This record gives sequence, structure tokens and C-alpha cells, in this order.
Amino acid sequence: MTYLTDDQIVKEEVIRKPLVTGAYDFKQLTNVVSKPVESKPPSWWLIGLVCSLSLLLLLKAMLVYLVWEGVGVWGLNNPVGWGFAIVNFVFWVGIGHAGTLISAILFLFRQKWRTAINRFAEAMTIFAVMAAGIFPAFHIGRVWVAYWLFPIPNSMAMWPNFRSPLLWDVFAVSTYFTVSLLFWYVGLIPDIAMIRDRAKSKIKAKVYGIFALGWRGANRHWQHYEKAYLILAALATPLVLSVHSIVSFDFAVSQLPGWHTTIFPPYFVAGAIFSGFSMVVTLMVLARILFKMENIMTIHHLECMNKIILATGMMVGYAYGMEFFMAWYSAYEYEAFAFINRAFGPYSWAYWIMISCNVISPQLFWSKKCRTSIPIMFIVSIFVNIGMWFERFVITVTSLHRDFLPSSWGYYSPTWVDVCTFIGSFGLFFTMFLLFLKFLPMIAIFEVKAVLPEANPHPEDH
Amino acid sequence: MSENCFGILAEFKSPHDLLSAAEKLRGKGYKNFDAYSPFPIHGMDEATGIKPSILGWIVLVGGALGLSAGFGLQTWVSTSAYKIIVSGKPLFSYQAFVPVTFELMVLFAAFFTVFGMFALNKLPMHYHPLLKSKNFESVTSHGYFIAIESSDPQFNSAENVLIEVGGSNIEKIEE
Repeated sequence: MTYLTDDQIVKEEVIRKPLVTGAYDFKQLTNVVSKPVESKPPSWWLIGLVCSLSLLLLLKAMLVYLVWEGVGVWGLNNPVGWGFAIVNFVFWVGIGHAGTLISAILFLFRQKWRTAINRFAEAMTIFAVMAAGIFPAFHIGRVWVAYWLFPIPNSMAMWPNFRSPLLWDVFAVSTYFTVSLLFWYVGLIPDIAMIRDRAKSKIKAKVYGIFALGWRGANRHWQHYEKAYLILAALATPLVLSVHSIVSFDFAVSQLPGWHTTIFPPYFVAGAIFSGFSMVVTLMVLARILFKMENIMTIHHLECMNKIILATGMMVGYAYGMEFFMAWYSAYEYEAFAFINRAFGPYSWAYWIMISCNVISPQLFWSKKCRTSIPIMFIVSIFVNIGMWFERFVITVTSLHRDFLPSSWGYYSPTWVDVCTFIGSFGLFFTMFLLFLKFLPMIAIFEVKAVLPEANPHPEDH
Repeated sequence: MSENCFGILAEFKSPHDLLSAAEKLRGKGYKNFDAYSPFPIHGMDEATGIKPSILGWIVLVGGALGLSAGFGLQTWVSTSAYKIIVSGKPLFSYQAFVPVTFELMVLFAAFFTVFGMFALNKLPMHYHPLLKSKNFESVTSHGYFIAIESSDPQFNSAENVLIEVGGSNIEKIEE
């Protein structure tokens, strides 16, 4: 094995895989990325949109039915007061985390490969958080007074309780959504300006022109712009870690065995990144083939993603093990019971689905062959999505259904309304995502150009 | 020079040419000019001689404001506006205020970042003389430009200087 000298590291003489394959110049890159926005939508896109809109309609119907009839149409009971709604909320928020990780944390770490996928992943974040927000909003029962969660002066002279983790969550998720949206939009401005400048029709140039804000690539603008981007990345990094930590406080701050553990915040964050990356892989594998962007979203990018899936999958597996260890080591019999009940009680089927999907299936990525094989990574990413949904189900339901007093034990099963609402939330997510693919440049093209060797004004230095 | 002239625009072939042209213009004492490119170019700030961005200070103000607003709101609500005793904990339980304080600090700082950047860049500015140039449309894709503005003291010789430093497609931009 050869080691790099400091000099080589400073000068980046490490042999790196090319970020864009196929000899494109900047103009061709622009053409490739703008093509989906400028050409007629392909038929698969229309079919996909019709399917997603139908699911979105299903979501709306289910929510209307819920409001009309009351929360009794869901499968919630006593003792399981948190069912599908909370499971789905944590599932969707978790998926969102990959976008911010890619756009902010990998940016601070100077991971240049992120440029091909960050726009895509950030869009996913925003739509996932939108899907997530629906569930707690309706779970509160009277959705029309959801604004009571915010500190708004009102005629009842009533204010929220700031010592409740559920209220922290309101602030964390709404801040997260707002900051992600700002970050995404700031990143989009130069690319929207590119679409504006290429627009053939007057109306299109007008509409994109409004959102481009008159961007003209001036160096004085770039200077403040780059600073803003860096600061937003630096703000989003602790934010993304805080959001899922606070989501985990919803559980960890309670006294319930199986929830009341200190491992929850890091465990939830690792799980969120794990599930989010697998969702990015699922979507990217499809999008790069359907839009013929294999040269920009390369196998190398996917391989990097799969390595992170493997790493975070191992962290999640470690957390599962550590929970069992602590249940035994604490010598607290209720805690020990909660975990034995998880693995061997009435919900053991859910537990073992979780273990097989989250701990066993990513192990395939130790082999380079599997890491770079499109069908294998697609299947594993789907498995991880399923497994991470089940993780939230296991945490939420198994802890609640049997706590301290056997006389108040119960069993929770979802109703058809629960299941249809969950399926419907995918309709919202995919509708937004398909519209994004059609109307906005799905690759942050100015960032891709900026990391290419041709963009370096001092070629002699390297 | 005429009242209704914004400046002279010249196109360059590559980021490298653009950077060296900007360096030469600065060397000749030009001040009111700017480089335009589809992506930020390393070293251009030094080449055009602009001061570092003050955005960081704006964000600091925003963050401090969010932090104090968040902590102040929670303290006021919990200790005076709406006192609820939960599990016998003190009304001023500042430990519990940390998450919301943090979130509001980030939220305010992010708003100050984005809108501070817009203010420094004078965006949105939907009308700009340069956007009328047909040739300039490639600036967001693959074009590199320098425009010397008519307010520069040495503007009279701008056209020749731009040719001298390697510019092509020289164009006079009307206001």
C-alpha cells in the first residue's frame, strides 16, 4: 500500500474518478440538464403523474373522511394511542434527512460528488417533510385548530407549553422545512436563470425570469452568493442533526420502557440518514435511466451512496444491539421485558422484518460487485425503505401495547383508513416529485460545472 | 460619454482568459467593471479587487436576534403570560427552552442569510441593461463576460482595452 504525502493531499493529486463521464463541454452539459424542462414530457411521466394524482386524491378522501367521522376511523386504541400517524410521520421526516445531509454536510466536507445529486435529494427532503407534516396535523384530532400549536396571541389568552417535546417538534420540523426550502431555492436561482435565458417562449421566459430574480452571474453577486450558500450549509448541518434528535425526544422524554433511553437521538439520526439515502438511491436509479443522465449521475455516485447506506446501516444495527444490552445491563425488569417482547412477543414478525431489511440486506454492499450493480442496489434500497418503516412501527407500537400493567395490555392493528392514508401520502410525495422533474433543472448544473477541471482558471497548478 | 450608456461588454473564451483579463483591467486602474460567468470562478474576487462579503455579520445579528427572541418568548410565556405547573417543575425551566431557542436561532439566521444576500446583491432586479443583450444569454450556460461600466473614469478607452486584454464580440450596452 502506498501512502500519500502531505504535498500530494494539498494539491489533490489523488487519482479521483471523473465526476462526469463522457466528454461533455459546458454547453452540452447545459443541454443535457435542461432537456427534461424544455422538451415534451415523456409518456412514462404522464402515466406516473396520473397514478400519483390518483393516490393524492385517495389521501384527500381519507383525510376528509377522518375529519367527517372523527379519529375513531383509525385503529388507535387504549393503550396504543400512537399508531400509523406517528409511524408515518417519523418515516417521512427521516427520509428528508438525506437531502440536507447531501447538500449541507457533504458540502462542508468538500465532497465534490454531491453536486450531481444534491438538487434531487433536496427536492426529496422538501416533499418528504410535506408528507410528514400531514400526519401529526391530523393526529391532533381537531385539525382546524392546529394553529394553537404556534405561539400566536389569541382571544383565549392561551399559550403553548414550551416544556413539552411535542411542541419542540413543531418548531424543529417547521424550521427544518423553511430552511430546507430557502436552501433549495437559493441553489436553484442560477439554474432557473439558465432556463430563463434559453426559453423559447415569452411566457416561459417571464415565469422563470420572475423566480430567477434577475440573476446575471456577476462576480459581485457570486461572492455574496457563495458566502450565503456556505452559511446556509453551516446552519443546516446542526439543524438536521437537531431535527431527528427532537423527533426522538417525543419518545425518549417519556417514561415508557423501550422509549426512555439516551441512545435515541443518535440512533434516530443514523436511521434517518440510512432511510433517506436508500430513498435517494431508489429514485436516482430510476431517474438517471429515464432521463438518460447516466453520465452525470454515474455509477461512482451511486457507489458512494451505497457506502453511506452500509455505514449507517451498521450504526442502526449497533443501536439495535445496544438497546438489548442496556435492557439487560440496567437490570430494570420492565425494560428487559419490553425488548424480549419486541423480539418474541405478538409483534415479533415486525421486528424480524426490520432486522432482515435494515441489518442483513445492506451487508451485500461489502462487495464492490453488489455496490455497483443497479438491480441489487435498487432491491436493497427498497428493502431498507421497508425496514425503516417497520423500525418506527416496532418502536412506536411494541412499547405502547404492553407497558407496566398487564391488565391494560392490548393489540393494535391499523384500519383500512390508516393503510390508505399512508399509501395516499406517497401520492403527495410523487406528485410533487414528478412536477419538480418536469419544471425545474434536476441537477445543480452550475455546481457540477464549477467542480469540473475545465472550470479551474489555473490549470497549470495541477 | 453619453448619458444612456450602461457600459461596454466583451466576451472571453474560458475561465482562465476571464481571470487574466480581469487582473489586467485592475492593473490598468479600472474600478467599475465586473466579470460574469455561469459559475463562481476561484480567485476572481482578488482579480477584480472587491472587498470580502460582510454577509457573515448580518447573519450573526439574525442569529443573535433569533436566540434572544426564542428564549425571551419562552420565558415570558412560561413565567408570566400562561403559567402551567408541569410535574412540579419550576416555571422558569430554562433547560427545556434549549431546543426551541436553538431552532429559532437557526431560523432567523437562515432568513437573514438569504434576504441579506438578496439585499447585498440588490436582488430581485428584473430589469438590467445587460439582460437585453442577445449574446449575454449564454452567461448562465457557457459564456464568460466582462462589462466596464460607463461610470468608470477611464471609460473612454474601455473598448480598446477590452480588445487588448483578449475580449471579443465587443458590444455597447444601452441603459
